[in-house]
Amino acid sequence: MNSNSPSLLAAESVTLSYDQTVIAKNLSVQIPPEKFSVIVGPNGCGKSTLLRAMSRLLVPESGKVLLNGRNIHEQTTKDVAKQLGLLPQSAIAPDGIKVMDLVSRGRFPHQKWFQPWREEDQDAVDKAMAATHITDFAHQHVDQLSGGQRQRVWVAMALAQQTPVLLLDEPTTYLDIAHQIELLDLFQDLNQKNGHTMVAVLHDLNHACRYADNLIAMKDGHVVATGKPSDIVTEDLIESVFGLPCLIIEDPISGTPLVIPKGRQG
Amino acid sequence: MTSRPRNPSLVLIAFILTLVVLFATLFTGQQVAQGTKGIWQLLTGDASQYQSIVVWQWRASRALGALIIGAGLGVSGAVFQSLVRNPLGSPDITGFNVGAFTGVLLSIAWFGNLYWMSVLGAILGGLCAALLVYLFAYREGHSGFRLIIVGIAISATLTAFNQWLSLSVSLETAMTAALWSAGSLNGMTWSKVLPAAILLILLMLIALAMNSRMKLLEMGDDTAAALGVSVNKSRLALMFVGVSLTAVATAITGPIAFISLAAPQIARRLENNASISLTASALVGAMLLLAADFLAQHAWQGITLPVGLVTISLGGLYLVYLIVREGRL
Repeated sequence: MNSNSPSLLAAESVTLSYDQTVIAKNLSVQIPPEKFSVIVGPNGCGKSTLLRAMSRLLVPESGKVLLNGRNIHEQTTKDVAKQLGLLPQSAIAPDGIKVMDLVSRGRFPHQKWFQPWREEDQDAVDKAMAATHITDFAHQHVDQLSGGQRQRVWVAMALAQQTPVLLLDEPTTYLDIAHQIELLDLFQDLNQKNGHTMVAVLHDLNHACRYADNLIAMKDGHVVATGKPSDIVTEDLIESVFGLPCLIIEDPISGTPLVIPKGRQG
Repeated sequence: MTSRPRNPSLVLIAFILTLVVLFATLFTGQQVAQGTKGIWQLLTGDASQYQSIVVWQWRASRALGALIIGAGLGVSGAVFQSLVRNPLGSPDITGFNVGAFTGVLLSIAWFGNLYWMSVLGAILGGLCAALLVYLFAYREGHSGFRLIIVGIAISATLTAFNQWLSLSVSLETAMTAALWSAGSLNGMTWSKVLPAAILLILLMLIALAMNSRMKLLEMGDDTAAALGVSVNKSRLALMFVGVSLTAVATAITGPIAFISLAAPQIARRLENNASISLTASALVGAMLLLAADFLAQHAWQGITLPVGLVTISLGGLYLVYLIVREGRL
Protein backbone atom coordinates (compact mmCIF):
# COMPACT_ATOMS: atom_id res chain seq x y z
CA MET A 1 0.00 0.00 0.00
CA ASN A 2 1.43 3.35 -1.05
CA SER A 3 4.91 1.85 -1.05
CA ASN A 4 5.96 4.23 -3.80
CA SER A 5 5.13 7.30 -1.73
CA PRO A 6 6.73 6.78 1.66
CA SER A 7 4.96 8.74 4.30
CA LEU A 8 6.94 10.86 6.66
CA LEU A 9 6.04 11.33 10.26
CA ALA A 10 8.18 13.43 12.54
CA ALA A 11 7.95 15.50 15.68
CA GLU A 12 10.02 18.68 15.56
CA SER A 13 11.09 20.05 18.93
CA VAL A 14 7.65 19.62 20.44
CA THR A 15 6.79 20.55 24.00
CA LEU A 16 3.99 18.38 25.30
CA SER A 17 2.00 18.80 28.46
CA TYR A 18 -1.09 17.50 30.22
CA ASP A 19 -2.95 19.82 32.58
CA GLN A 20 -0.03 22.25 32.76
CA THR A 21 2.41 19.49 33.67
CA VAL A 22 5.14 19.43 31.05
CA ILE A 23 5.75 15.85 29.96
CA ALA A 24 8.31 16.48 27.25
CA LYS A 25 10.33 19.52 26.24
CA ASN A 26 11.93 20.13 22.86
CA LEU A 27 11.40 16.56 21.81
CA SER A 28 12.31 15.61 18.26
CA VAL A 29 11.61 12.21 16.78
CA GLN A 30 11.83 10.93 13.20
CA ILE A 31 9.77 7.92 12.20
CA PRO A 32 11.51 6.09 9.35
CA PRO A 33 9.09 5.21 6.54
CA GLU A 34 8.01 1.59 6.00
CA LYS A 35 9.80 0.45 9.12
CA PHE A 36 8.50 -1.01 12.36
CA SER A 37 9.44 1.48 15.06
CA VAL A 38 8.96 0.65 18.71
CA ILE A 39 9.00 3.20 21.51
CA VAL A 40 10.11 1.93 24.93
CA GLY A 41 10.73 3.61 28.24
CA PRO A 42 9.67 3.56 31.88
CA ASN A 43 6.14 4.50 32.97
CA GLY A 44 5.53 8.22 32.67
CA CYS A 45 8.43 8.85 30.29
CA GLY A 46 6.08 10.40 27.76
CA LYS A 47 5.93 7.64 25.16
CA SER A 48 2.13 7.48 24.99
CA THR A 49 2.00 11.27 25.08
CA LEU A 50 4.34 11.37 22.11
CA LEU A 51 2.11 8.92 20.28
CA ARG A 52 -0.93 11.08 21.03
CA ALA A 53 0.85 14.14 19.70
CA MET A 54 1.90 12.29 16.56
CA SER A 55 -1.69 11.19 15.96
CA ARG A 56 -3.15 14.70 16.36
CA LEU A 57 -4.91 13.85 19.63
CA LEU A 58 -2.74 16.25 21.61
CA VAL A 59 -1.77 19.75 20.53
CA PRO A 60 1.87 20.52 21.34
CA GLU A 61 2.51 23.72 23.28
CA SER A 62 5.31 24.52 20.89
CA GLY A 63 7.01 22.84 17.96
CA LYS A 64 5.12 20.83 15.40
CA VAL A 65 4.33 17.36 14.20
CA LEU A 66 4.84 16.84 10.48
CA LEU A 67 2.84 14.29 8.53
CA ASN A 68 3.89 14.07 4.89
CA GLY A 69 5.73 17.33 5.27
CA ARG A 70 2.75 19.31 6.56
CA ASN A 71 1.91 20.34 10.08
CA ILE A 72 -0.55 17.73 11.34
CA HIS A 73 -2.58 20.34 13.19
CA GLU A 74 -3.11 22.34 10.03
CA GLN A 75 -4.74 19.34 8.38
CA THR A 76 -8.34 18.32 9.06
CA THR A 77 -9.07 15.33 11.29
CA LYS A 78 -10.45 13.48 8.32
CA ASP A 79 -7.41 14.15 6.14
CA VAL A 80 -5.14 12.91 8.89
CA ALA A 81 -7.33 9.82 9.31
CA LYS A 82 -6.71 8.94 5.67
CA GLN A 83 -2.94 8.98 6.17
CA LEU A 84 -2.56 7.72 9.70
CA GLY A 85 -4.40 5.05 11.67
CA LEU A 86 -4.28 4.70 15.43
CA LEU A 87 -5.09 1.89 17.78
CA PRO A 88 -5.78 3.73 21.04
CA GLN A 89 -5.66 2.14 24.47
CA SER A 90 -9.08 3.37 25.39
CA ALA A 91 -11.27 2.01 22.59
CA ILE A 92 -14.75 1.00 23.74
CA ALA A 93 -16.65 -1.61 21.76
CA PRO A 94 -20.35 -0.71 21.75
CA ASP A 95 -22.52 -3.35 23.45
CA GLY A 96 -23.45 -6.19 21.18
CA ILE A 97 -21.71 -4.89 18.05
CA LYS A 98 -20.73 -7.48 15.48
CA VAL A 99 -17.18 -7.90 14.24
CA MET A 100 -17.82 -6.80 10.68
CA ASP A 101 -19.77 -3.75 11.81
CA LEU A 102 -16.91 -2.64 14.03
CA VAL A 103 -14.34 -3.15 11.29
CA SER A 104 -16.61 -1.24 8.87
CA ARG A 105 -16.36 1.82 11.06
CA GLY A 106 -12.75 2.14 9.94
CA ARG A 107 -14.11 3.30 6.59
CA PHE A 108 -15.47 6.54 8.02
CA PRO A 109 -12.65 8.84 6.82
CA HIS A 110 -13.21 7.65 3.25
CA GLN A 111 -16.92 8.36 3.23
CA LYS A 112 -18.66 11.58 2.41
CA TRP A 113 -21.93 12.88 3.83
CA PHE A 114 -24.84 10.64 2.75
CA GLN A 115 -22.61 8.42 0.66
CA PRO A 116 -23.86 4.84 0.50
CA TRP A 117 -21.68 1.87 1.35
CA ARG A 118 -19.51 1.19 -1.72
CA GLU A 119 -17.89 -1.93 -3.09
CA GLU A 120 -14.43 -0.58 -2.32
CA ASP A 121 -15.47 -0.07 1.30
CA GLN A 122 -16.57 -3.70 1.60
CA ASP A 123 -13.39 -4.74 -0.18
CA ALA A 124 -11.22 -2.87 2.33
CA VAL A 125 -13.17 -4.41 5.22
CA ASP A 126 -12.84 -7.92 3.80
CA LYS A 127 -9.11 -7.48 3.25
CA ALA A 128 -8.59 -6.09 6.75
CA MET A 129 -10.46 -9.05 8.26
CA ALA A 130 -8.50 -11.52 6.16
CA ALA A 131 -5.16 -9.95 7.12
CA THR A 132 -6.02 -10.20 10.80
CA HIS A 133 -7.51 -13.70 10.48
CA ILE A 134 -10.92 -12.77 11.83
CA THR A 135 -13.01 -13.49 8.72
CA ASP A 136 -14.39 -16.64 10.34
CA PHE A 137 -16.13 -14.69 13.09
CA ALA A 138 -17.19 -11.72 11.03
CA HIS A 139 -20.80 -12.16 12.17
CA GLN A 140 -20.11 -12.85 15.83
CA HIS A 141 -20.51 -10.32 18.61
CA VAL A 142 -17.28 -8.62 19.62
CA ASP A 143 -17.95 -9.17 23.34
CA GLN A 144 -18.02 -12.92 22.80
CA LEU A 145 -14.44 -13.03 21.54
CA SER A 146 -11.28 -13.68 23.52
CA GLY A 147 -8.98 -10.79 24.38
CA GLY A 148 -6.56 -11.67 21.60
CA GLN A 149 -9.28 -11.96 18.98
CA ARG A 150 -10.85 -8.70 20.13
CA GLN A 151 -7.55 -6.87 19.80
CA ARG A 152 -7.23 -8.24 16.25
CA VAL A 153 -10.69 -6.82 15.49
CA TRP A 154 -9.48 -3.37 16.56
CA VAL A 155 -6.39 -3.78 14.41
CA ALA A 156 -8.66 -4.76 11.51
CA MET A 157 -10.68 -1.59 12.02
CA ALA A 158 -7.50 0.49 11.81
CA LEU A 159 -6.44 -1.49 8.73
CA ALA A 160 -9.78 -0.87 7.01
CA GLN A 161 -8.80 2.79 7.21
CA GLN A 162 -6.12 1.91 4.63
CA THR A 163 -3.55 4.31 5.93
CA PRO A 164 0.15 4.02 5.14
CA VAL A 165 1.02 4.80 8.77
CA LEU A 166 -0.27 2.84 11.75
CA LEU A 167 0.29 3.87 15.37
CA LEU A 168 -0.29 1.33 18.15
CA ASP A 169 -0.55 2.39 21.78
CA GLU A 170 0.45 -0.57 23.97
CA PRO A 171 -1.37 -3.04 21.74
CA THR A 172 -0.27 -6.13 23.67
CA THR A 173 -1.31 -5.02 27.15
CA TYR A 174 -3.67 -7.45 28.92
CA LEU A 175 -2.97 -10.23 26.43
CA ASP A 176 -1.38 -13.53 27.36
CA ILE A 177 2.07 -14.31 25.96
CA ALA A 178 0.79 -16.43 23.06
CA HIS A 179 -1.61 -13.71 21.93
CA GLN A 180 1.11 -11.09 22.33
CA ILE A 181 3.44 -12.95 19.99
CA GLU A 182 0.60 -13.66 17.56
CA LEU A 183 -0.25 -9.97 17.41
CA LEU A 184 3.36 -8.86 17.03
CA ASP A 185 3.86 -11.37 14.22
CA LEU A 186 0.78 -9.87 12.59
CA PHE A 187 2.25 -6.36 12.86
CA GLN A 188 5.52 -7.58 11.41
CA ASP A 189 3.65 -9.16 8.48
CA LEU A 190 1.71 -5.98 7.85
CA ASN A 191 4.91 -4.02 7.90
CA GLN A 192 6.90 -6.38 5.68
CA LYS A 193 4.19 -7.45 3.23
CA ASN A 194 2.17 -4.26 2.92
CA GLY A 195 4.86 -1.74 3.64
CA HIS A 196 2.93 -0.09 6.49
CA THR A 197 4.95 2.31 8.57
CA MET A 198 4.33 1.06 12.08
CA VAL A 199 4.94 2.79 15.40
CA ALA A 200 4.14 0.87 18.56
CA VAL A 201 4.53 1.63 22.23
CA LEU A 202 5.55 -1.63 23.94
CA HIS A 203 6.38 -2.50 27.52
CA ASP A 204 8.24 -5.72 26.94
CA LEU A 205 11.85 -4.91 26.03
CA ASN A 206 12.52 -8.32 24.56
CA HIS A 207 9.52 -8.09 22.27
CA ALA A 208 10.67 -4.61 21.28
CA CYS A 209 14.18 -5.84 20.51
CA ARG A 210 12.93 -8.77 18.49
CA TYR A 211 10.34 -6.99 16.36
CA ALA A 212 11.59 -3.43 16.00
CA ASP A 213 13.54 -2.27 12.97
CA ASN A 214 13.98 0.97 14.80
CA LEU A 215 13.96 1.27 18.58
CA ILE A 216 13.27 4.58 20.29
CA ALA A 217 14.26 4.58 23.96
CA MET A 218 12.77 7.39 26.01
CA LYS A 219 13.28 8.69 29.51
CA ASP A 220 11.83 11.78 31.20
CA GLY A 221 10.50 13.16 27.93
CA HIS A 222 13.76 12.78 26.06
CA VAL A 223 14.90 10.32 23.46
CA VAL A 224 17.94 8.63 24.98
CA ALA A 225 18.82 6.41 22.04
CA THR A 226 17.40 5.49 18.69
CA GLY A 227 18.38 2.95 16.08
CA LYS A 228 18.48 -0.76 15.34
CA PRO A 229 18.07 -2.72 18.61
CA SER A 230 21.28 -4.68 18.04
CA ASP A 231 23.15 -1.38 17.59
CA ILE A 232 21.86 0.49 20.58
CA VAL A 233 20.70 -1.93 23.28
CA THR A 234 23.49 -2.30 25.84
CA GLU A 235 23.55 -3.04 29.55
CA ASP A 236 24.43 0.61 30.16
CA LEU A 237 21.48 1.89 28.12
CA ILE A 238 18.95 -0.30 29.92
CA GLU A 239 20.44 0.65 33.28
CA SER A 240 20.30 4.37 32.48
CA VAL A 241 16.76 4.28 31.00
CA PHE A 242 15.04 1.87 33.39
CA GLY A 243 17.48 1.92 36.33
CA LEU A 244 17.62 -1.83 35.94
CA PRO A 245 20.89 -3.72 36.18
CA CYS A 246 20.80 -6.43 33.53
CA LEU A 247 22.68 -8.76 31.30
CA ILE A 248 22.33 -8.71 27.52
CA ILE A 249 22.63 -11.97 25.62
CA GLU A 250 21.77 -12.90 22.09
CA ASP A 251 18.22 -14.12 21.49
CA PRO A 252 18.80 -17.71 20.31
CA ILE A 253 15.85 -17.49 17.88
CA SER A 254 16.19 -14.08 16.29
CA GLY A 255 19.74 -13.08 17.11
CA THR A 256 18.51 -9.80 18.57
CA PRO A 257 19.48 -8.56 22.05
CA LEU A 258 17.77 -10.33 24.93
CA VAL A 259 17.57 -8.42 28.19
CA ILE A 260 17.97 -10.51 31.33
CA PRO A 261 17.22 -8.49 34.49
CA LYS A 262 19.64 -9.15 37.34
CA GLY A 263 17.17 -8.38 40.09
CA ARG A 264 18.09 -9.28 43.67
CA GLN A 265 19.76 -12.57 42.77
CA GLY A 266 22.27 -10.92 40.45
CA MET B 1 -23.62 5.40 6.06
CA THR B 2 -21.53 2.69 7.64
CA SER B 3 -24.71 0.84 8.49
CA ARG B 4 -25.97 -1.96 6.40
CA PRO B 5 -29.43 -3.41 6.00
CA ARG B 6 -30.56 -5.66 8.80
CA ASN B 7 -33.63 -7.58 9.75
CA PRO B 8 -36.41 -5.00 9.84
CA SER B 9 -39.30 -7.24 10.95
CA LEU B 10 -39.82 -5.99 14.52
CA VAL B 11 -39.45 -2.38 13.50
CA LEU B 12 -41.98 -3.06 10.79
CA ILE B 13 -44.38 -4.39 13.41
CA ALA B 14 -43.86 -1.21 15.42
CA PHE B 15 -44.64 0.77 12.30
CA ILE B 16 -47.86 -1.17 11.66
CA LEU B 17 -48.85 -0.76 15.33
CA THR B 18 -48.33 2.97 14.96
CA LEU B 19 -50.69 3.02 12.00
CA VAL B 20 -53.30 1.05 13.95
CA VAL B 21 -53.14 3.47 16.88
CA LEU B 22 -53.28 6.38 14.48
CA PHE B 23 -56.39 4.92 12.90
CA ALA B 24 -57.95 4.38 16.33
CA THR B 25 -57.06 7.91 17.42
CA LEU B 26 -58.67 9.40 14.37
CA PHE B 27 -61.83 7.36 14.13
CA THR B 28 -62.90 6.18 17.59
CA GLY B 29 -65.00 8.32 19.83
CA GLN B 30 -68.58 9.28 20.41
CA GLN B 31 -70.81 10.38 17.61
CA VAL B 32 -68.05 10.38 15.05
CA ALA B 33 -67.59 7.93 12.21
CA GLN B 34 -70.23 5.27 12.67
CA GLY B 35 -68.87 2.01 11.30
CA THR B 36 -66.76 1.46 8.23
CA LYS B 37 -69.15 3.48 6.13
CA GLY B 38 -68.64 6.53 8.30
CA ILE B 39 -64.89 6.14 8.17
CA TRP B 40 -65.03 5.77 4.38
CA GLN B 41 -67.08 8.94 4.15
CA LEU B 42 -64.51 10.77 6.25
CA LEU B 43 -61.62 9.54 4.14
CA THR B 44 -63.29 10.51 0.89
CA GLY B 45 -64.55 13.83 2.23
CA ASP B 46 -68.25 12.93 2.00
CA ALA B 47 -68.87 13.22 5.74
CA SER B 48 -70.78 16.05 7.35
CA GLN B 49 -68.92 19.23 8.06
CA TYR B 50 -69.05 18.72 11.80
CA GLN B 51 -67.53 15.27 11.53
CA SER B 52 -64.83 16.47 9.15
CA ILE B 53 -63.83 19.26 11.49
CA VAL B 54 -63.64 16.96 14.48
CA VAL B 55 -61.54 14.40 12.67
CA TRP B 56 -59.40 16.41 10.29
CA GLN B 57 -59.00 19.67 12.20
CA TRP B 58 -58.92 18.53 15.80
CA ARG B 59 -57.93 14.91 15.93
CA ALA B 60 -55.57 14.79 12.96
CA SER B 61 -53.55 17.79 14.11
CA ARG B 62 -53.33 16.32 17.57
CA ALA B 63 -52.30 12.92 16.22
CA LEU B 64 -49.69 14.42 13.92
CA GLY B 65 -48.42 16.52 16.79
CA ALA B 66 -48.12 13.41 18.95
CA LEU B 67 -46.29 11.52 16.21
CA ILE B 68 -43.75 14.21 15.43
CA ILE B 69 -43.17 15.33 19.00
CA GLY B 70 -42.81 11.71 20.05
CA ALA B 71 -40.32 11.13 17.25
CA GLY B 72 -38.39 14.26 18.24
CA LEU B 73 -38.25 13.19 21.88
CA GLY B 74 -37.14 9.72 20.83
CA VAL B 75 -34.32 11.11 18.70
CA SER B 76 -33.31 13.56 21.43
CA GLY B 77 -33.10 10.70 23.92
CA ALA B 78 -31.13 8.57 21.47
CA VAL B 79 -28.61 11.35 20.90
CA PHE B 80 -28.00 11.93 24.61
CA GLN B 81 -27.97 8.28 25.60
CA SER B 82 -25.35 7.76 22.93
CA LEU B 83 -23.27 10.78 23.99
CA VAL B 84 -23.39 9.86 27.67
CA ARG B 85 -23.12 6.13 26.87
CA ASN B 86 -25.78 5.37 29.44
CA PRO B 87 -29.52 4.69 29.09
CA LEU B 88 -30.15 7.09 31.97
CA GLY B 89 -28.48 9.92 30.07
CA SER B 90 -31.67 11.08 28.39
CA PRO B 91 -32.79 14.71 28.58
CA ASP B 92 -35.85 14.02 30.74
CA ILE B 93 -33.59 12.61 33.46
CA THR B 94 -30.82 15.20 33.23
CA GLY B 95 -33.37 17.98 33.41
CA PHE B 96 -32.99 19.59 30.00
CA ASN B 97 -36.77 19.48 29.54
CA VAL B 98 -37.25 21.11 32.94
CA GLY B 99 -34.77 23.79 31.87
CA ALA B 100 -36.72 24.25 28.66
CA PHE B 101 -39.86 24.63 30.73
CA THR B 102 -38.13 27.27 32.88
CA GLY B 103 -37.43 29.11 29.64
CA VAL B 104 -41.10 28.88 28.66
CA LEU B 105 -42.21 30.18 32.06
CA LEU B 106 -39.83 33.12 31.91
CA SER B 107 -40.95 33.95 28.40
CA ILE B 108 -44.62 33.84 29.47
CA ALA B 109 -43.85 36.01 32.49
CA TRP B 110 -41.96 38.59 30.46
CA PHE B 111 -43.59 38.58 27.06
CA GLY B 112 -46.99 37.02 27.61
CA ASN B 113 -48.31 33.94 25.89
CA LEU B 114 -46.49 34.30 22.56
CA TYR B 115 -45.87 31.11 20.64
CA TRP B 116 -42.48 31.82 19.08
CA MET B 117 -41.17 33.50 22.22
CA SER B 118 -42.05 30.34 24.11
CA VAL B 119 -40.20 28.20 21.58
CA LEU B 120 -37.18 30.47 21.77
CA GLY B 121 -37.38 30.55 25.55
CA ALA B 122 -37.57 26.77 25.64
CA ILE B 123 -34.51 26.35 23.46
CA LEU B 124 -32.51 28.89 25.48
CA GLY B 125 -33.69 27.37 28.76
CA GLY B 126 -32.81 23.87 27.60
CA LEU B 127 -29.37 24.97 26.43
CA CYS B 128 -28.72 26.81 29.71
CA ALA B 129 -29.69 23.71 31.70
CA ALA B 130 -27.40 21.60 29.52
CA LEU B 131 -24.59 24.11 29.99
CA LEU B 132 -25.08 24.12 33.77
CA VAL B 133 -25.04 20.33 33.91
CA TYR B 134 -21.89 20.14 31.82
CA LEU B 135 -20.09 22.84 33.83
CA PHE B 136 -20.89 21.28 37.18
CA ALA B 137 -20.09 17.78 36.01
CA TYR B 138 -16.74 18.72 34.49
CA ARG B 139 -13.75 17.28 36.22
CA GLU B 140 -10.89 16.58 33.82
CA GLY B 141 -13.35 15.38 31.21
CA HIS B 142 -16.83 14.02 31.58
CA SER B 143 -17.92 10.74 32.99
CA GLY B 144 -21.37 9.64 31.93
CA PHE B 145 -22.56 8.80 35.38
CA ARG B 146 -21.45 12.11 36.92
CA LEU B 147 -23.36 13.93 34.20
CA ILE B 148 -26.50 12.02 35.12
CA ILE B 149 -26.18 12.63 38.86
CA VAL B 150 -25.52 16.34 38.34
CA GLY B 151 -28.37 16.41 35.82
CA ILE B 152 -30.80 14.96 38.35
CA ALA B 153 -29.69 17.57 40.89
CA ILE B 154 -30.06 20.45 38.40
CA SER B 155 -33.42 19.04 37.34
CA ALA B 156 -34.67 19.06 40.95
CA THR B 157 -33.38 22.59 41.51
CA LEU B 158 -35.04 23.84 38.36
CA THR B 159 -38.32 22.14 39.26
CA ALA B 160 -38.31 24.04 42.54
CA PHE B 161 -37.43 27.23 40.70
CA ASN B 162 -40.29 26.62 38.26
CA GLN B 163 -42.72 26.24 41.14
CA TRP B 164 -41.50 29.42 42.76
CA LEU B 165 -41.88 31.18 39.41
CA SER B 166 -45.48 29.95 39.03
CA LEU B 167 -46.27 31.24 42.51
CA SER B 168 -44.75 34.65 42.04
CA VAL B 169 -46.30 35.58 38.70
CA SER B 170 -49.85 36.80 38.06
CA LEU B 171 -52.73 34.38 38.47
CA GLU B 172 -53.46 34.29 34.75
CA THR B 173 -49.86 33.47 33.88
CA ALA B 174 -49.76 30.88 36.64
CA MET B 175 -52.88 29.20 35.21
CA THR B 176 -51.35 29.00 31.75
CA ALA B 177 -48.16 27.68 33.26
CA ALA B 178 -49.96 25.11 35.39
CA LEU B 179 -51.83 23.78 32.37
CA TRP B 180 -48.57 23.61 30.53
CA SER B 181 -46.58 21.95 33.26
CA ALA B 182 -48.58 18.72 33.10
CA GLY B 183 -47.47 18.12 29.54
CA SER B 184 -50.49 17.88 27.33
CA LEU B 185 -51.53 17.68 23.72
CA ASN B 186 -54.87 19.31 24.44
CA GLY B 187 -55.71 22.22 22.23
CA MET B 188 -53.38 21.22 19.40
CA THR B 189 -54.30 22.98 16.19
CA TRP B 190 -52.72 22.86 12.78
CA SER B 191 -51.38 26.39 13.21
CA LYS B 192 -49.65 25.29 16.40
CA VAL B 193 -48.45 21.93 15.16
CA LEU B 194 -47.15 22.76 11.70
CA PRO B 195 -44.36 25.25 12.50
CA ALA B 196 -43.07 23.07 15.31
CA ALA B 197 -43.32 20.01 13.09
CA ILE B 198 -41.16 21.64 10.45
CA LEU B 199 -38.59 22.66 13.05
CA LEU B 200 -38.56 19.20 14.62
CA ILE B 201 -38.21 17.45 11.27
CA LEU B 202 -35.33 19.73 10.34
CA LEU B 203 -33.57 19.00 13.62
CA MET B 204 -34.15 15.27 13.21
CA LEU B 205 -32.63 15.39 9.74
CA ILE B 206 -29.53 17.08 11.12
CA ALA B 207 -29.29 14.40 13.80
CA LEU B 208 -29.64 11.74 11.12
CA ALA B 209 -26.89 13.31 9.04
CA MET B 210 -24.62 13.11 12.08
CA ASN B 211 -25.59 9.53 12.86
CA SER B 212 -22.29 7.93 11.87
CA ARG B 213 -20.27 10.49 13.82
CA MET B 214 -22.45 9.80 16.84
CA LYS B 215 -21.81 6.07 16.55
CA LEU B 216 -18.06 6.60 16.33
CA LEU B 217 -18.10 8.83 19.42
CA GLU B 218 -19.56 5.88 21.35
CA MET B 219 -16.20 4.14 20.94
CA GLY B 220 -14.33 6.78 22.91
CA ASP B 221 -12.97 10.19 22.00
CA ASP B 222 -9.54 8.92 20.93
CA THR B 223 -10.94 6.24 18.68
CA ALA B 224 -13.41 8.64 17.09
CA ALA B 225 -10.69 11.23 16.52
CA ALA B 226 -8.39 8.59 15.05
CA LEU B 227 -11.15 7.74 12.59
CA GLY B 228 -11.44 11.35 11.48
CA VAL B 229 -14.27 12.71 13.62
CA SER B 230 -13.83 16.26 14.96
CA VAL B 231 -14.73 15.16 18.46
CA ASN B 232 -15.55 18.45 20.17
CA LYS B 233 -17.35 20.02 17.22
CA SER B 234 -19.44 16.93 16.58
CA ARG B 235 -20.35 16.53 20.22
CA LEU B 236 -21.36 20.18 20.53
CA ALA B 237 -23.48 19.97 17.39
CA LEU B 238 -25.16 16.78 18.55
CA MET B 239 -25.84 18.28 21.97
CA PHE B 240 -27.33 21.36 20.39
CA VAL B 241 -29.62 19.27 18.20
CA GLY B 242 -30.58 17.02 21.11
CA VAL B 243 -31.38 19.91 23.44
CA SER B 244 -33.27 21.78 20.73
CA LEU B 245 -35.44 18.76 19.94
CA THR B 246 -36.46 18.39 23.58
CA ALA B 247 -36.89 22.13 23.94
CA VAL B 248 -39.12 22.59 20.90
CA ALA B 249 -41.26 19.66 22.01
CA THR B 250 -41.46 21.09 25.53
CA ALA B 251 -42.40 24.51 24.18
CA ILE B 252 -45.55 23.15 22.56
CA THR B 253 -46.65 20.48 24.99
CA GLY B 254 -44.93 21.17 28.27
CA PRO B 255 -42.57 18.60 29.75
CA ILE B 256 -43.39 15.06 28.66
CA ALA B 257 -41.27 12.52 30.48
CA PHE B 258 -40.42 8.93 29.63
CA ILE B 259 -40.52 9.07 25.82
CA SER B 260 -36.91 10.12 25.32
CA LEU B 261 -35.83 7.77 28.10
CA ALA B 262 -37.61 4.69 26.86
CA ALA B 263 -37.89 5.01 23.09
CA PRO B 264 -34.19 4.46 22.26
CA GLN B 265 -33.95 1.51 24.64
CA ILE B 266 -37.10 -0.14 23.30
CA ALA B 267 -35.91 0.51 19.76
CA ARG B 268 -32.57 -1.08 20.55
CA ARG B 269 -34.20 -4.21 21.84
CA LEU B 270 -36.61 -4.36 18.91
CA GLU B 271 -33.80 -4.07 16.42
CA ASN B 272 -31.51 -6.33 18.43
CA ASN B 273 -28.83 -3.88 17.45
CA ALA B 274 -25.60 -2.68 18.96
CA SER B 275 -25.93 1.02 18.76
CA ILE B 276 -28.91 3.19 19.40
CA SER B 277 -30.61 3.77 16.08
CA LEU B 278 -32.06 7.18 15.41
CA THR B 279 -34.75 6.15 12.94
CA ALA B 280 -36.00 3.31 15.11
CA SER B 281 -35.95 5.59 18.18
CA ALA B 282 -37.98 8.15 16.25
CA LEU B 283 -40.51 5.53 15.22
CA VAL B 284 -40.85 4.06 18.70
CA GLY B 285 -41.04 7.54 20.24
CA ALA B 286 -43.83 8.48 17.85
CA MET B 287 -45.72 5.29 18.65
CA LEU B 288 -45.28 5.67 22.41
CA LEU B 289 -46.55 9.23 22.53
CA LEU B 290 -49.47 8.52 20.20
CA ALA B 291 -50.43 5.48 22.25
CA ALA B 292 -50.03 7.36 25.53
CA ASP B 293 -52.21 10.15 24.19
CA PHE B 294 -54.81 7.62 23.07
CA LEU B 295 -54.83 6.26 26.62
CA ALA B 296 -55.02 9.76 28.03
CA GLN B 297 -58.09 10.47 25.94
CA HIS B 298 -59.94 7.22 26.29
CA ALA B 299 -58.86 5.52 29.51
CA TRP B 300 -61.31 7.47 31.66
CA GLN B 301 -64.76 7.90 30.25
CA GLY B 302 -65.43 11.52 29.51
CA ILE B 303 -62.18 12.89 30.95
CA THR B 304 -59.11 13.71 28.91
CA LEU B 305 -55.98 13.39 31.00
CA PRO B 306 -52.82 15.31 30.19
CA VAL B 307 -50.60 12.91 28.25
CA GLY B 308 -47.68 13.86 30.47
CA LEU B 309 -49.48 12.20 33.35
CA VAL B 310 -49.74 8.94 31.44
CA THR B 311 -46.13 8.94 30.30
CA ILE B 312 -44.78 9.85 33.72
CA SER B 313 -46.72 7.02 35.36
CA LEU B 314 -45.44 4.48 32.85
CA GLY B 315 -42.00 6.08 32.90
CA GLY B 316 -41.73 5.90 36.67
CA LEU B 317 -42.02 2.13 36.54
CA TYR B 318 -39.54 1.85 33.70
CA LEU B 319 -37.09 4.16 35.50
CA VAL B 320 -37.18 2.04 38.64
CA TYR B 321 -36.42 -1.02 36.50
CA LEU B 322 -33.51 0.77 34.79
CA ILE B 323 -31.98 2.03 38.03
CA VAL B 324 -32.25 -1.38 39.65
CA ARG B 325 -30.58 -2.98 36.64
CA GLU B 326 -27.85 -0.32 36.40
CA GLY B 327 -27.20 -0.61 40.11
CA ARG B 328 -26.66 -4.32 39.78
CA LEU B 329 -24.14 -3.98 36.97
